Amino acid sequence: MELAISVIIIFMILGAIYAIHASDILSAVIAGGIVGYSLVICFLLLKAPDLAIVQIVVETITLIIMVAVVLDSSRTEAYGKFDTQAWVTAATAVVILAILFWFLKEASAPLAPFGENTMRMADAYVNGAVDKTGSVNLVTGVLFDFRGYDTLGEATVLITAVLGVLTILRIRGRK
Amino acid sequence: MTVYWLCFILFLVGLYGVITRRNLIKIAISLSVMEFSCFLFLALIGYTEGGVAPIVDTADPVKTYVDPLPQAMVLTAIVIGLATTAMLMAVIIRIYRKYGTFDIREINNLRG
Repeated sequence: MELAISVIIIFMILGAIYAIHASDILSAVIAGGIVGYSLVICFLLLKAPDLAIVQIVVETITLIIMVAVVLDSSRTEAYGKFDTQAWVTAATAVVILAILFWFLKEASAPLAPFGENTMRMADAYVNGAVDKTGSVNLVTGVLFDFRGYDTLGEATVLITAVLGVLTILRIRGRK
Repeated sequence: MTVYWLCFILFLVGLYGVITRRNLIKIAISLSVMEFSCFLFLALIGYTEGGVAPIVDTADPVKTYVDPLPQAMVLTAIVIGLATTAMLMAVIIRIYRKYGTFDIREINNLRG
């Protein structure tokens, strides 16, 4: 299991690197889709069918929006020459990333090894959840009963985002 | 632990894209790569070896389930991620209509 997920994550990393360096924006968007759809397979392997369903819908919608934006405008990236400033930025970024990776490695040391999760918090949700919520799907039980206000906040964020998109696209800009 | 480290590398690849790229669409793609790596990390933490999907079978209730709590949190985060991406693309469309380019250096030069 760990090996299969590692292979898929390496595939995702390669897709992300290609998406960042592609000279055509449309192929960058499609390569970004590799990452999202591989995530669906990872969720299925990690026994999270609800997440896989939601992720495949969300990724498709995101891809459609991005392709629509790219097709409506210029597709080639105006790279120009790879000048000194670009080299300095890339070198600084690599140094920052190396330091960050060290910190993340240190921070992940006290975590339980992969596959040996102890469920400290979820026991209260799992035991007797069917009697309390009437839902056999524990994720739905947590989402809509134990943490219902969280879902209400999520709906609020969605409505705010829709209102924001409509406002941004409808106003006439200063010429 | 290898999967956790690969997950960090995926996050850092996204961060590298955000820092070094000058194209707005590529910055948006890199941001969603960072998002996906966070979702993957939370789902990895909740996995239990030999567990089944957290759907209770009432005929045979004694089973090991994977942790449903991170899954519920990630479900919320995925939908909010879609909302923020849509908002970001709307802003990018406005910028393109005003300046005619995705390149952030050009946009910087045209200010005024």
